[in-house]
Amino acid sequence: MTSPGASPGAAPGTQVRVVLPAHLRNLAGVHGEVLVRLSVPVLTQRAVLDAIESRFPMLGGTIRDRQTGKRRAFIRFYACEQDLSNEPPDAPLPDAVAAAIVAGTEPFLVVGAMAGG
Amino acid sequence: MTQVRVLAGTRKGAFVLTSDGKRDKWSVSGPHFGGWEVYHMKGSPADPDRLYASQNTGWFGQLIQRSDDGGATWQPVGNDFGYAGGDPGTHLWYDGTQRPWEFKRIWHLEPSPDDPDTVYAGGEDAALYKSADGGLTWTELTGLRVQPSAPGWQPGAGGLCLHTIILQKSRMFVAISAAGTFRSDDAGETWRPVNRGLHSEGIPDEDAEVGHCVHHVEAHPSRPDTLFMQKHWDVMRSDDGGLSWTEVSGNLPTDFGFPIGVHAHEPDTIYVVPITSDSLHYPPDGRLRVWRSRSGGNEWEELSAGLPERDCYVNVYRDAMAVDTLDSCGVYFGTTGGQVYASADSGDSWAPIVRDLPAVLSVEVQVLS
Repeated sequence: MTSPGASPGAAPGTQVRVVLPAHLRNLAGVHGEVLVRLSVPVLTQRAVLDAIESRFPMLGGTIRDRQTGKRRAFIRFYACEQDLSNEPPDAPLPDAVAAAIVAGTEPFLVVGAMAGG
Repeated sequence: MTQVRVLAGTRKGAFVLTSDGKRDKWSVSGPHFGGWEVYHMKGSPADPDRLYASQNTGWFGQLIQRSDDGGATWQPVGNDFGYAGGDPGTHLWYDGTQRPWEFKRIWHLEPSPDDPDTVYAGGEDAALYKSADGGLTWTELTGLRVQPSAPGWQPGAGGLCLHTIILQKSRMFVAISAAGTFRSDDAGETWRPVNRGLHSEGIPDEDAEVGHCVHHVEAHPSRPDTLFMQKHWDVMRSDDGGLSWTEVSGNLPTDFGFPIGVHAHEPDTIYVVPITSDSLHYPPDGRLRVWRSRSGGNEWEELSAGLPERDCYVNVYRDAMAVDTLDSCGVYFGTTGGQVYASADSGDSWAPIVRDLPAVLSVEVQVLS
């Protein structure tokens, strides 16, 4: 049975796919996609970022500011071809997005913004 | 066998350059942390294989890296650089308003001379941090930022950066652009500005306590009361631990510049790299020159052997000059054009170690026996 407010299919311990930008993959010492384990039943930005930092503590402060907890200015979040960057960190991800991430059919993408020049 | 290790931080990574004591043939390793800005990298005098590096980008923020094997491998350590005490207060902004302190990056790392696990870090916006556990955790030494003049500190064009840290047992000096030089006599608990004698264009008050754009300060270990400063304009000297300063620019072709160095064995021999002006950050006439004074300033000689004679329009940043401690003192500097130059004879002659690195932000050197 799903708890109230929970994302469809999500449960503590669920693993989700995450794509990190190249610099953060190097820093974490990984290649390709990574799997991170959720600790809450609601799929939010914060739930995914907490799971990333829990598995890779060296990424603390690189995606969201250490002091404010806010997304760093040149970091974006995407999934299912939707830009989730400006969603409130504690808002449940849209049902269809959450279902795809939980089912493992789509990854959560952490992207470094493009630079000109 | 003696080995010399030069640590070069660049705009796109860190490089470790090594040679034997002759310092004529060099090997280059790197880039470490490729693609990241490395503002500074320095080894512990107490354990030369313990290195610290400041790694930063606008995308991913600040990291500190530590090596325990002389730069062969690295591990990220702590990067929690908050301002202690909750509300950090405000400082003067470019438009004359007050603006909250906001951490941006670490400019300088200064390992303790005695303990490899103790290291100090200078931040932007100006703050001094200390780690006593090899960089895993950092504590702000708040006495500097709550110093009464701090709300009046205003960033220079490069930011409100704490870029110089000099450790002399319980006495410490730091320098901040564009606030000035500060001294602590109680290991960083309390601080006072020490800028008497500095005169800065644009500051109407001749006796202004702060507001001076100090670019770099150095002291020879054997003469802790004597400090040499490259200010925005003016090369300055203090012989009373910073309480008063006198200008020693003398016959320099221009007294604008960024780094200043002190010979390892001759405490009155100092080096600067004159830069055309505050609006033309390259050497006069396209000729890269180091100028040396053997009298602690005022009388300077031009050092040119091996340095570019024409068409050279690079800059040399404040932390990009260092000296080694071999009997024939080596002098090193890096340029925004990616060259690292070395002199194995106290500056008499120069040769590039490498020519095509990314813009060099910092240069340090270690002698290993």
